[in-house]
This record gives sequence, C-alpha cells and structure tokens, in this order.
Amino acid sequence: MTVDAYRQVIGLEVHVQLSTQTKLFCGCSTIFGQPPNTQVCPVCLGLPGSLPVLNQHATQLAIKTGLALNCQIAATTKWDRKNYFYPDLPKGYQISQFDQPICYEGFLDFADPNDEKALRRVRIIRAHLEEDAGKSMHDEAAGRADSRIDLNRTGTPLLEIVSYPDMHSPDEAKGYLTELKLLLTYLGVSDCNMQEGSLRVDANVNLHIESAGRTIATPIVEVKNMNSFRAVERALVYEVDRQFAEWKKTGREKGQAPKQTRGWDDVTGVTLPQREKEESSDYRYFPDPDLVPLKIEKSQIESASNALPQLPSQLRAWLQTEHGLKPYDADVIVSQGSHLVEYFQTAVAAGAPAKRISSWIQQDVLRALKERGIEISALPVPATKLASLVNAIESGEIDTSRAKEVFYFWMENPSSDLVAARSALGISSVDRGEIEEVCRQLLDENPQVVAQVLEGNAKGLGSLIGLAKKKNPNADPKLVRELCQQMIESRRTSS
Amino acid sequence: MKLEELSALDLGRKIAGRTLSSREVVAYFLERIARFNSSITAFSQVCADLALEKADQIDRQIASGMAMGPLAGVPIAIKDILCTREMRTTCGSRMLENFVAPYDATSVEKMERAGLVTLGKTNMDEFAMGASTETSIFGATHNPWSLERTAGGSSGGSAAALAAGMTPLSIGTDTGGSIRQPAAFCGVCGLKPTYGRVSRYGLVAFASSLDQIGPLAHRVEDLAACLETIAGHDSRDSTSINAPVPQYTRLINRSISNMRIGVVREQIEHAGLAPEIRSAVNRAMEFLTGLGATIVDIGLPHSRYSIATYYVIAPCEASSNLARYDGAHYGLRADTKSLHGESPLEDMYCHSRSQGFGEEVKRRIMLGTFALSSGYYDAYYRKAQQVRRLIFDDYHRAFEQADVLLGPVTPTTAFRLGERLQDPVQMYLGDLFTVGANLAGIPALAIPAGNDQAGLPLSIQLQGPPLAEEKLLSVAYQLEQALFFQPRTANLS
Repeated sequence: MTVDAYRQVIGLEVHVQLSTQTKLFCGCSTIFGQPPNTQVCPVCLGLPGSLPVLNQHATQLAIKTGLALNCQIAATTKWDRKNYFYPDLPKGYQISQFDQPICYEGFLDFADPNDEKALRRVRIIRAHLEEDAGKSMHDEAAGRADSRIDLNRTGTPLLEIVSYPDMHSPDEAKGYLTELKLLLTYLGVSDCNMQEGSLRVDANVNLHIESAGRTIATPIVEVKNMNSFRAVERALVYEVDRQFAEWKKTGREKGQAPKQTRGWDDVTGVTLPQREKEESSDYRYFPDPDLVPLKIEKSQIESASNALPQLPSQLRAWLQTEHGLKPYDADVIVSQGSHLVEYFQTAVAAGAPAKRISSWIQQDVLRALKERGIEISALPVPATKLASLVNAIESGEIDTSRAKEVFYFWMENPSSDLVAARSALGISSVDRGEIEEVCRQLLDENPQVVAQVLEGNAKGLGSLIGLAKKKNPNADPKLVRELCQQMIESRRTSS
Repeated sequence: MKLEELSALDLGRKIAGRTLSSREVVAYFLERIARFNSSITAFSQVCADLALEKADQIDRQIASGMAMGPLAGVPIAIKDILCTREMRTTCGSRMLENFVAPYDATSVEKMERAGLVTLGKTNMDEFAMGASTETSIFGATHNPWSLERTAGGSSGGSAAALAAGMTPLSIGTDTGGSIRQPAAFCGVCGLKPTYGRVSRYGLVAFASSLDQIGPLAHRVEDLAACLETIAGHDSRDSTSINAPVPQYTRLINRSISNMRIGVVREQIEHAGLAPEIRSAVNRAMEFLTGLGATIVDIGLPHSRYSIATYYVIAPCEASSNLARYDGAHYGLRADTKSLHGESPLEDMYCHSRSQGFGEEVKRRIMLGTFALSSGYYDAYYRKAQQVRRLIFDDYHRAFEQADVLLGPVTPTTAFRLGERLQDPVQMYLGDLFTVGANLAGIPALAIPAGNDQAGLPLSIQLQGPPLAEEKLLSVAYQLEQALFFQPRTANLS
C-alpha cells in the first residue's frame, strides 16, 4: 500500500480585544469581570433611537497594530452591518468592516520551529475593526432551557487579524500565534488574555493530498472554541488526522461539501460539528448609514509609525548583533516582554558584560520572578544592582556561587548593599596562601583523587571544590581547582 | 379668545408678557384634545398632568423674571417615534406598545430646555411606514377637514392635531415625505430640514440615511422658531452637521426679489398631478414673479426613478434597523413556551415578530431583506445607491440655476381612508414629489395654498440646497404674508 503524501494548509483568524478604556461606539467601560449588564447604555444595548459614535482610540490602536504587521493602512475605510439574529447581539447586526478593512496586506515573521536560525513568514490578508457581541450563558442542566445574556462585552472593540493559509503544521500555527501575541503585548494594544477572551483564535484547515499524480484539496473546515495555544495545536493535529481519514473514507474534495464549522472539545480531544448560527450564512452586509466613512490622513499614519516601540524581531536582532547573544538566549529575553529587555539594557549600560547578564537573567532572575509570581518591575534587585554584582565577579572580588547567595540575600533584604550582604553572609576576600593551605590539606586527605587525576581523570577535582568550600566558604572554586591541579602536577614531577 | 388661531410665537409672546399663563394655554389645548381626539385620533397618548405641571413651572419661572426663549410655555405635540423618558414611545406598533425609553431624544431635550410643553405623542403609521396613518395600532388619524379622509402619513397625527386646533405646534419626522404630505393634506406648514441639521439621536430609526426630524405649524415663523430650537450639531449623532444654526426667525422677512425660483418640469407637467394643485403652483409662481423673483425652468431627469430608488433603499435600511425587535431584550415577546418546537429561540423570534409587526412593516422588512441578499445586492441596493447619486447630482445642477425649487407636494389632495390600503403601490406612488428631497438630503417645505372646490387643503412645496432652510422659509413667508394662505383650523363640533 502506498502512503499518500499531504500538505497541511492552515490559516488563522485571530480576534483581539483592543485595550481601550471605552467601547467602540459608546462611552461604556470595557473593564472585564463586572456584574452582568452593568457596563451598558442605550447605544450598546441597541435601544430604539440610539446611535453609534466611533471611539477614535480604537482606530489608533488598529493602525498601530497594522503597521507593526507590515500592513497597508486604508486611506478611507467604512463601517458595514453584518446582519444576523442572536440574543447576545442586541441590534440584530454587528458593526464591522466588510470590503474596506482598515489594515490589509501585511506579514509576520517568526522563528521557524524546525530551524531556529531561519524565519518563517505568514502573510496577513487583512485586519479589520468590529464590535464584540455579548455573552450567552445557557443553563440546560436544570431541565429547562434557561438562557441568560450578559451584554457587558457588547461593543468592545475587536481587531480581527486574518492570515493567508500560509502555515503548514500545527507547530507553525503555534509559532505564528506566539509571535503575534508577543507583538501585540509589546505594542500594548491588548492584554491578550485568552482566559478572559481578549484573544480568540479560529483556524481554517484543509489538506492538499498528492494522490495518483494530482493534488487533491479536502473540504475546508473552520475550527472554533480553542481556548489556549496548546488547544490550537492539539485541535489542528486532531483535525489533520481526521480530515485525512475522512478523505480516505469518502474521497470527498473541496467544493463537494459546504464549508463546515467544528468546535474543539478540550476534554475529549476531538472536534465536533457545530450547529450554524443561521441556516445560511448570508449576512446581508451593507454600509452602516449611522456612521460616516473614516478617512485616515497620511500624517496620522506617519506619526503612528514614528511612535512604534521596538518590536520583538528588532530586539532579537539587536541582542544578537550588538550584544553577541545566541538566537536562543535573545529569544528567551525578548519573549519575557519589553520590561525584561529594559532590565537587560539597564544592566548592560551599567557596565556588566551582556552574556553574563543574559545568563543571570535566564537563571536566577527568571526563577525568582516565577517563584514569587511577580513582574520584573517588582523585582527587589534592580538592574544596576545586578550589574554591580556581576562586575564584582568579573573583578574577582567575589566568586559566582557566593554572588548567588548575595542575590538571594538582596531578594530578602532589598535595601542592603554589597558590603552589607557580604558581612551578613560572612563573605570576605581570602588570602591566596590560606587557600593554598586548604588545598594542600585536601590533597593529603584524598590521595585517591590525586591518583585519579594523575591517571588523567580530572572529574575528582569537583569533589575537592565542595570540600574546600566546607573548610572555607570564601574559597573561590576556580582558584581551588587551579591550585589543586597545579599541586597534583608538581607531585607528579616530584615523584 | 380662540387660541388655536394664534401662532405659536404669538402665544409665546403672550405668555412671556403674562397676558396669558402657560397653564391657561396648555389647559385650553388639553380641553380641545379631550373634545376632539376621539373623532380625529391625532394623539396616541396625552400627558395632561405632566403638561400642566410643566406649564406651572414655566409660569413660575416667568414670574420670577427668568429669561426664557420665545416658545417658553407654548404647547407642542411630539410624534410617537421620538424617545421620551416620561411617556411611552410606541411607533404606532404592537411591538413597542409598552416601551418606555430610558432617555430623551436630543431634540426632545432641546425642546424641554426651550420651555416647550409637551401635550402628548402623536399618532403615526407603524414605524413611520405608510402615508395614511392607517397602519397604526391606535387606528387611523382622520383628516379634520373631512373625517372620512386620511390626514396623511406617516406624521398624520402631528398634522391633524394642528388642523384640529389641538396644538399650536408639532414635531414630525420625514423619511420620504412624512412631514410634508400630511401637512399638505391637513392644510398646515411642515418642514423637512437638511439631513443632519437636526440630531437623529433618540429618533427610532426607519431608514437611517433618509430620516429627519422637523416642525409642523400653522405659520412659517413658527417653523422657523421651532427649527431654531431643535437644530444643531450633536456629538451623539455621527451624521449630524457641524454648522452654526442661523437665527431663522430674524431672516425670514428678507426680500426675495433677486431670487431665482425653479419650477420642476417633471413635476408640474406630471400627468397624475391634480389640476387644482397645478393651478396653485402657477398662482404662487405669478405672485413670486410679482415680487421680483425670476422663474427658471428646471429638469430633474432622474426624478422618475426616485420612487423605485426610495423603495429599495428605505426597506433595506429598515430590514436591518428593525432586526433589534426580536423579543429578546424589550418590546413584545410572544409566549412560545407551550410550542416545544425544534428551536425555542427561533420560535420566540418568529412569533414575536409575527405578532409585533403589522402587514406593511413586514412587507418592507421582506423587501429589504430580499434586496440585500447575496446575489441581489448589486441589482437592487447598489443600483439604487448609484441612482441616488444621480438624483443628488440632478439637484446639484438645478441649484446652480435656481435658489429654490417650487412645485407640488402631492399629486392629489387627501384621499379617502381605506382607498389605498389594499394597493401598496398606489400608496407608494403618492410619494412621487417628496422622496427626492430625502434621497438628496436637501431641505423641503410644504405650505398651504388654499382649498380645492371640495374644501380640501391644497399645498405647494419648496425645495432648496443643503442648509438653505432660511431661503425656503423666506419664500414661504412671502407667500404666506401676501397671498391666499390664511392659516386656520378646521371647524369641528
């Protein structure tokens, strides 16, 4: 039996809630988690006679995002009504952008999951603004269909970012999403909280199967209800297998079946067909007569462009070329967000070597943040203090292991300086002669180690370092190793 | 004293001068409403207590020497499509029969601030869809001049309330002629301002790109005073025009001797135009020539498509605007619990909308839904928008040659109730001369031009370029001052 080769074709639609103070077309707060139906007014309730007024801040955030995604920004855009009935859509239509999105034709580069040195590029079709719907809560468990509607979310600005079907594996989809989320976080346009629904992902997926000398496309399936990047990855892996099996069974190709919507069930790990909101998806789009077309001036785009922060891709490149970090290390720092990059930058500016700072950040700083569940801004050891510690190591004033003790001492005693920490921890500089004496003793007490080293097995030296520390906590491991090696060598020549 | 024969501004002057109190005036009109509304059905709701209370408040303010506007203490009737906190806003529909808006429309706020006293809400065709007030759940409004005839629509209640002397001033809305046609049928003045001149915030939408709020009155000066009160930019309406509001009342007395008055060929020569209305237009033309105005022959070649264009665009917008009445959040919800259908939600939607809307509203929702459907959008909606542009361009060219266009409001005088109800197309064709101004967004005004032999009011229409309300008012004022337009109310017993 021959195995048919196939290519996965994946496109993603990402809905991002923009972090405006107020909703897209009214003055209601967008704050999450308030009691149901308390963040509402006649406009977002769609009461008779109410009219929408555009929140300009939302368009500014959309332009900012579009520019960061290398998009064209429309000189003129307009608002369209997408008509459908649903109880969480109080007007019976959603105000969206149909044929003139505010941003179009861009791309996003991210590290190729198969080759960290290479970049993958996913093209963006469009990014358009629209208002969010409310939330329906169905309680069918009680035996009677009792549904409740919360309209607090109704009218919250969303930017829908639609990619080309340029991804060819769940890994790539995850890579794209991870980079997109990081970019949005750097831009400060959204809090990207998937649990609270401020970032939502739908995937369009099908297969291009090479079979009997031709390429067959399977019907496109839209997968919804994925509440984490992990869920997206799992759903795609599942859906690819399912579609292949389905094709094997039915031979059905794209065009022979209507586009299907399936929902991901995270518990059972399968996608299931979803009932469509309406039998046909004829949304009867037409321009919203309550709103005027939006003109975007060149100057507005220019000033938005000038105000863009350093983006993740630029920062990674900068860390590699300016500071000699490896791609992996640069990525770890950048992935933690702009504040950690600033921390790094401040420490390096204070004279500490970049690579050392990088490794301190990746080990001790990140661990401390994780353990305490805090943000870098709340770290008791500011960047300049870390730099002074690293500089002390560099000058041989203190060894790395004792420096770590200082770091953790500072975590507990934020106001203490290096001198105070050293005295509290009993760290003092030691005389070389003292350490020579410790080493001599150790070699005498551990003849088997000496013998091993003489036979060419240097492993045993490590145990000597530990022992030396016991005898004198201020013993610099590097020096101990160096001295022990010298002494053993001199014993070889003398014997 | 017969207060119904005074202008609103005269009443305002008397109230300000304390020869009459607002309470006396309000009570006078409330008494007439009590006497005549049952035979006319001009009002769908009357708020006597609220009105008297407000009148007392105004009287106290005047007595204390507070500076008030020229309409302070004057009663007004408001079409039942403007949101009011203190009264129901029914739109003449079962759907909103018990709906009370939690806010006042911007125009209502402005009237309130000007000291106008609301007598009640006036009857209208359901959701303003109709030209005879026959689609209202409250029943048809009767024409005070001939009770078996229509008062017109959709603002039939607002016009009839004036003609019956039940209010000195009223507010209507005009989407395709809904102020001007009832004004014409009832022998009163009515003004549809430029689109965007009056905020639509709080006006329950029928067709958003066409709807406009405007005043109805016996006198042109009252139109001017009322427009001055309600016009102006509103940050809550994105389509509202940000331009200063002229002092219309001071400008209406200007000479019109240099004006070019255009007469629209397609209207005056229209085969369906009643001869007596044509004569009224001709008399107005002669009079204006006598005042030194120049008459210009104007063509609006695309006006023959205006009805078709209007009856695509208006239903399209309506089908979407009325989607919100689904029984889920407010308004009528049908009891469908016992149905146990496959989809309880669809049952609720379907039955609520079936029970809540009348025939004409359903017809227009279906028309609009069809015209916006994929595969038909280009042939109907897009095409209609293209023709709308051509109609606008026609007007634009016309206003290079003429300052104001003169013509008929309606092809006929008020028709009999029931006559056109079964023939919607006949009903739609009556909008022939009025929908153009809505499609082009320009101001238009109807003023009485005497009566026909049967005693029914005749009317003529003036149209002007965007924001030229003052020109329309000036010409209308001259016509009213010097010619046959004696404003008066019908004799009712």
